Amino acid sequence: MADTKIPLVDYLSLDGEPHLIAQECTSCGAKYFDRRNACAGCFATEFSPVEVGREGVLTSFTIVAFAAPGVKVPFVAGVVDCGGISVRGNVINTEPDPDHVKLGMPVRLATYSMGADDHGTEAIAFGFEPA
Amino acid sequence: MSASDDIWILGINMTKFGKHPDKDIVDLGAEAMMAALADGGVTMGDMGILAAGNLMGGGGVGQQLQKQVGQTGIPVYNVSNACATGATALRTAIMAVKAGECDMGIAVGVEKLAGAGLLGGGGTPKKDEKVWEPSGRFGAVANPDGVIGTNTMPGVFAQIGMEYGHKYGGTSFELFAKISEKNHSHSTLNPLAAYSKEMSLEQIMGDMMIAYPNTRPMCSANCDGAAAAVVVNGAKLRTLSKEQQRRAVKVRASVLTTDPWEEACQVLPDVNTLTKNASAQAYESAGVGPDDLDLVELHDCFATAELVHYDNLRLCEEGGAVDFFESGATWRNGATPVNVSGGLQSKGHPISATGIANIWEVCHHVRGEAGDRQIEGAQVGLAHVIGLGSACGVHILEKSGL
Ligand SMILES: [Zn+2]
Repeated sequence: MADTKIPLVDYLSLDGEPHLIAQECTSCGAKYFDRRNACAGCFATEFSPVEVGREGVLTSFTIVAFAAPGVKVPFVAGVVDCGGISVRGNVINTEPDPDHVKLGMPVRLATYSMGADDHGTEAIAFGFEPA
Repeated sequence: MSASDDIWILGINMTKFGKHPDKDIVDLGAEAMMAALADGGVTMGDMGILAAGNLMGGGGVGQQLQKQVGQTGIPVYNVSNACATGATALRTAIMAVKAGECDMGIAVGVEKLAGAGLLGGGGTPKKDEKVWEPSGRFGAVANPDGVIGTNTMPGVFAQIGMEYGHKYGGTSFELFAKISEKNHSHSTLNPLAAYSKEMSLEQIMGDMMIAYPNTRPMCSANCDGAAAAVVVNGAKLRTLSKEQQRRAVKVRASVLTTDPWEEACQVLPDVNTLTKNASAQAYESAGVGPDDLDLVELHDCFATAELVHYDNLRLCEEGGAVDFFESGATWRNGATPVNVSGGLQSKGHPISATGIANIWEVCHHVRGEAGDRQIEGAQVGLAHVIGLGSACGVHILEKSGL
């Protein structure tokens, strides 16, 4: 049991090299990270899972200094363009300040442990680190 | 009663924004309604519909307000549409009058928020036993807020401004702070603003950082307040007194949009496309263009948001918001004064009141009643709000020619 791992969210796959999975509309190619009854773009109803590229470009960010209770600050929240798929995630493994985090900087997916629960299951989260 | 295409604001009012510890939402909403009715020279007996906007009060505020100001059995619509709630209430009243269901209606928006703190952030529930258990639409084993991006409003809107910078360049912490400096400067002339102190660029940049690049004075101020407006069709207006006709303000456009699907709109809220769509529809139906506007009240819930809306409302060339601001155009003595009320950053943002209060500001100027902060000769103005999720309201208002 001790080596069981669980992803923070179900669109993070831990099979092989960790990667994100989007649900792609088979009609127009729109991507979603959770379920849809019909595509918000074209109303088609069929979706298939696609792997999201692990590398991308930081297209926006903020450095959050003041957050809800229990949320550790400061942290960098951002949007990463992974080959045309926009992904929401934190920028990690770098100093959370405007000297280290820049618009347009190349980043790649990285994972880390959020610790184990009482059954020894370890939760794995993801972020993006400078590439 | 007759359907009429021309719709007018007959009376309008906003309360002082700020802390009202001695008043509940019914007191505040009723105060704005009574004053709007008096401003229009009418009573609840003349109203054929009430649309009431409120988000945090628990529902049914419209009926509570009727009990406070006059129960006549008219239909009440309680509306809720995030920060666009006030504009949605007004538009509901306008639609009823325009459809010919009645000649006159009243819309009110009211909120009590003083001391509400940070909006939009979630908390982590405490459990006795720690077990990673997937739940919710993303099968999350822990609250993703702060781990996978941020849900806080200052953080979301910071990213919206930064995204513009990534796309077009030219943005900086200092640029965004300068936008806030303008609005705080404008607020010194507005006695109804929650905060009406001049703030230097140094003070703004040196204040507490909330979500880079937004410091505390660059964020909208949570506060209490209400605003209400009486609308009337043109046929009815022409039966009222000369003075009522002269002070009435013509609604040249009333538009509400939501965001059409765009790549990334479900990752970071897209406040751009629906604002572009709303302004395009409003300009077309009003038959006026951005150059015709004497003043604009836009949804500066954060300094980072104001910048993108210069572009979305076509006040500048596409991609030209930074240069447009740097030219001084949006200061009260500039070519297109923006947020001469002080905007949400200093006037305050009692959510449901905001979308009527911005219309009150424009009405005040085109009526020539804005006193010290009057934009000389104002004829036409635009009021814009965004509710995240998203909803966008745009109204274009014009001085009465009657
Ligand atoms: Zn589709």
